[in-house]
Amino acid sequence: MGERAVKLPAESMATNRARTGGRSDGARRRAWEGPLERGIEALIRLCGVSAILFVFAIFFFVVREGAGILFSGFDFVEFLFSSDWYPTSLGNVRYGVFALIVGTFSVTVLAMLIAVPFGLGGAIFISEFTSPRVRETLKIVIELLAAIPSVVWGFIGLSLMNPLIQQVFHVPIGLNVLNGALLLALMSVPIMVSIGEDALKAVPDSYREAALAMGATRWQAVHRVLLPAAKNGLLAAVLLGVGRAVGETMAVLMATGHAVNIPTSPFDPVRTLTATIAAELGEASVGSPHYQVLFVIGILLFTITFVVNLTADLIVKGRGRD
Amino acid sequence: MFTETPFIRTKRRSELVVKTVLGLMASAMVLPLVAIIAYLIVQAWPLLSLDFLLSNPTHGMRKGGVWSALLGTLYLVTTSLLIAAPIGVLAAVYLNEYAKKNLFTRIVNLAVVNLAGVPSIVHALFGLGAFVLFAGIGRSILAASLTLAIMTLPVIIASTKEALSSVPMSFREACWNVGASRWQTIRGVVLPNSISGILTGVILQVSRTAGETAPVMFTGAVFFKKIEEGNLLGYSLSDQCMALSMHLFTITTQVTDAPHALPYATAVVLLGSVLLVNATAILLRVRLRARKRW
Repeated sequence: MGERAVKLPAESMATNRARTGGRSDGARRRAWEGPLERGIEALIRLCGVSAILFVFAIFFFVVREGAGILFSGFDFVEFLFSSDWYPTSLGNVRYGVFALIVGTFSVTVLAMLIAVPFGLGGAIFISEFTSPRVRETLKIVIELLAAIPSVVWGFIGLSLMNPLIQQVFHVPIGLNVLNGALLLALMSVPIMVSIGEDALKAVPDSYREAALAMGATRWQAVHRVLLPAAKNGLLAAVLLGVGRAVGETMAVLMATGHAVNIPTSPFDPVRTLTATIAAELGEASVGSPHYQVLFVIGILLFTITFVVNLTADLIVKGRGRD
Repeated sequence: MFTETPFIRTKRRSELVVKTVLGLMASAMVLPLVAIIAYLIVQAWPLLSLDFLLSNPTHGMRKGGVWSALLGTLYLVTTSLLIAAPIGVLAAVYLNEYAKKNLFTRIVNLAVVNLAGVPSIVHALFGLGAFVLFAGIGRSILAASLTLAIMTLPVIIASTKEALSSVPMSFREACWNVGASRWQTIRGVVLPNSISGILTGVILQVSRTAGETAPVMFTGAVFFKKIEEGNLLGYSLSDQCMALSMHLFTITTQVTDAPHALPYATAVVLLGSVLLVNATAILLRVRLRARKRW
């Protein structure tokens, strides 16, 4: 990136501001321009911090809706470790999301087993092994692949993968962990490729030149020099893919078979945390315990993705220090 | 003449193997994209016509077209764009032009990343709790658009930031040195020079918004709503509406005896509009790169 190099550090920007005093005393200015400019700058600052406000607002309102059940003797142990999910049972209502957590993790883990090799392999190929023309084409393909809406993926899972899995593996139902994992893999590979490629691109060219000058082949250079140097960025790419997979709703809602179940094989149907909210929120009446429990699941999901994203960020930023 | 030693030959061979394997992995992404698009179009072919776009669904969504869903999506996209674009662009201006390199800025950036990472269904819960119930807007296009706007804000922020940071620092310095203030510099030099990049981000936000299902399911989209065919002003902001994404979900999971081609045709309309929007963004970027003067 040639233009990046032109950008000066923030300090020199500050001295420049100091030199010009941040405003033009020499230029003729209309009377209303000063206040108008201050107004606009205040608006810019407000929008700048809006992201923080929104993240807090999301947490606040989701907790607020779930508060009724959360702060009145909520049984966290049963919630997290029981797999009895009977939210609408007449006699004995139980809210155990263990099976849903296992469902989410089984689909995510299988998706990552498929996606990580392809994602990182694709990133390495695009960044190190190909000509600019092929690179641009592949990047466009990846962008279009990333643009496919999750509900269309879910539809593919129902209409195309379902019979395909039935035929290939001779199983009675094709809506299962494998189906959801394949869809999630296809959905998270583009993220991994583009962030992984950024991480590889961030390794200085002098590293490559030094390795090649020592007589290493391109693969040896990648394997021994680039991968260790870009390790953190690649890990972050994988984590962001995980975050995407955990939070994905429509595709897994449509493709995983929707049975509350602890899977023993990839061909078992499961239900995920996200799919449960999407499927049941419409039926639960506002303010009822069932409705509130769905918001508690929302808090759980928010927390999981928050931790995953925070970790990814810390790993990437940590790279700058060594 | 240079002759290969066995050592060199092994090196060359393993290099070739690696390159082939990695190349196959990369092209494994091309195949699903092409296959999916082709499969959907082939299956949907009997129903694809202009009439399908312009007529309402009828017979319990077993016949007819997608007009009310298409128009609903158009309303959701436009409204959320009008909300998200100014906030997103100004937020990016703050982060790139005003923010100092300190802990607070790092937290703001982290918040943007996290906002992008929050699952869409949690955004739906937020929209329901905050806009529909707390603010009392009720299930409506406005509530759904607000939810979508907040959800897609990071898309606009990220691409605008990139566009702004690609304007060379010397442009700003030149402007400051002739006595322009910071805002004058931004308005007169930085924004005009990055407008195409900003536009690309806005377009990507549109594509993202059009495809989202979960956030609108509980905040404003309904299974079925009949509106006047061909009338672009068929909805108002306080109405509930149909949405293409939700419509596809409904007819594949709730309507059991729909004709075979109907869900495929709906998927083609949805995927087609999303990819069309993305293709516009890509073309814009290619043209922009070709014209770049620095």
